[in-house]
Amino acid sequence: MISLDNISKVFNKGEVNEVTALKNISLTINKEDYVVIVGANGSGKTTLLNIISGAERSSSGKVMINGEDATRFAEYKRSKWIARVFQNPYTGTASDLTILDNFRLAALRTQSKKLSIGINASFKKKVQDMIAKLGMGLENKIDQLMGSLSGGQRQALTMLMSVMDDAKILLLDEPTAALDPKSAASVLELANQLIKEYHLTALCITHNLKDAHQYGTRLIQFKEGNILRDLDEEQKSNTSLQDMFGWFE
Amino acid sequence: MDFYLQALQFSLCLGTMCMGVFISMKIFNIPDITTDGSYTLGAAVTAVLLSHHYPLIYVVLASMIMGSLAGALTAIIHTQLKIDALLSGILVMTGLYSVNLIILGRSNVPLIGTSSVFSQLHFFSNEIYNNLIIGLLFIVALVLILTYILKTDFGIAMRATGNSETMTKSLGINNNKMKIIGLAMANALTALSGFLVAQYQSFTDINMGIGIVIVGLGSVLIANALKTWFNIKSIISQLILVIFGSLIFQMVLAVTLASGVDPNLLKLVTALFVLLIVALPRLSSILKKNK
Repeated sequence: MISLDNISKVFNKGEVNEVTALKNISLTINKEDYVVIVGANGSGKTTLLNIISGAERSSSGKVMINGEDATRFAEYKRSKWIARVFQNPYTGTASDLTILDNFRLAALRTQSKKLSIGINASFKKKVQDMIAKLGMGLENKIDQLMGSLSGGQRQALTMLMSVMDDAKILLLDEPTAALDPKSAASVLELANQLIKEYHLTALCITHNLKDAHQYGTRLIQFKEGNILRDLDEEQKSNTSLQDMFGWFE
Repeated sequence: MDFYLQALQFSLCLGTMCMGVFISMKIFNIPDITTDGSYTLGAAVTAVLLSHHYPLIYVVLASMIMGSLAGALTAIIHTQLKIDALLSGILVMTGLYSVNLIILGRSNVPLIGTSSVFSQLHFFSNEIYNNLIIGLLFIVALVLILTYILKTDFGIAMRATGNSETMTKSLGINNNKMKIIGLAMANALTALSGFLVAQYQSFTDINMGIGIVIVGLGSVLIANALKTWFNIKSIISQLILVIFGSLIFQMVLAVTLASGVDPNLLKLVTALFVLLIVALPRLSSILKKNK
């Protein structure tokens, strides 16, 4: 599904503050892999995700997505494969738009946004049914502004929005970092459920080793711009949480 | 009484410009100063084409297209050359001054004996009422068209762009293209205002646009204050509030003039009035604290 070939990323090249965020990374992510990525701050996790999403261009190397060379694709063009959930719940949704409008836009992620009114009764019903699954009571508030909701509610909705339109890849950049423990747990549980239900290929960055241990079918550890460990499902299940804590000492 | 009715009519003519500022300011979150130039541009195109007796439909289309080009240029400078939106607008506005002067040929072109929207349509025999109803028709039509556009899928994408560009990019929206279309729309509306005002006042002057963006800004801010006050959310009511904002603004200026204030001080009064609106939330919280 995703293949990275010899990807390097250098920030501020040639200047005093030059930083090499990724060093010749090659990585193949198969369809329906759920890759959890751990690593210290500055180890290159977020840069990797940004290079896949197109938010940043690699300094060298090639990005293949779904069999196409996407290296030079702009971020908005890669949205035909990629849905994203951000660290900050407020960036993944538009505050001044209603819940319904936000979902309408998400439902058109891979399509053009036409000059015709797309919100009708059946679309409303679809959104309501979808939101009802959260059990947060938000299904009756779809005309409320997104800005009036809490971070946890917004992050859960962003997660749902990612599957409103055909998605192949889901990128989660510390999606629970800004949430309280209870909301964080339910958002991750929701992600897990959607990834399975919609057969998504997912990458999730986390600093929470317990979550990294509990979720995913593959575990990658980054260190100083390199891949230090890459465990498949079996190796991952044979690794204890204790072992993982040991990696960071 | 006529004096206030004229102010009312002027506020309707400026209403389309205020809607333009609403689009750039409130929807796209871009402070677009191009307004000063594109307003005069619309009026200049109108004056020249009307004095050459072109049919009104061509005149209105030509002014709106020219306005949209000006807006698109500002947005292209901003998005492609990565220049600050405020500076991009100032650059285009400054350049437009010369362009407008070239179009006009001299600094002031009177429109006497030429046809105008206000003379072509007859609803009332009384000129002021007739002018009012024509201004109102323009505004109602525009409010309805804009409401429709903003409710479409494209319109939702437009509104989201001003909110979170990270989100819109991840949802397949080309933010740069969106901003170019948005500022083109905003300035087409501003030029339309120039088209109306030139015919309302029967002349186009090269300096008529100076400070007009402040009038638009003030009207949008008044609308915003009313919106929070009455907890208004629907798009159509927000657009209507912008027209009310324009109306309140012009009435305040009319009252000021009627009270005998030197007309030379009008721009100062305008600036102070806008300052008051902007500072109101802060002032009221200071007052509350001191109570």
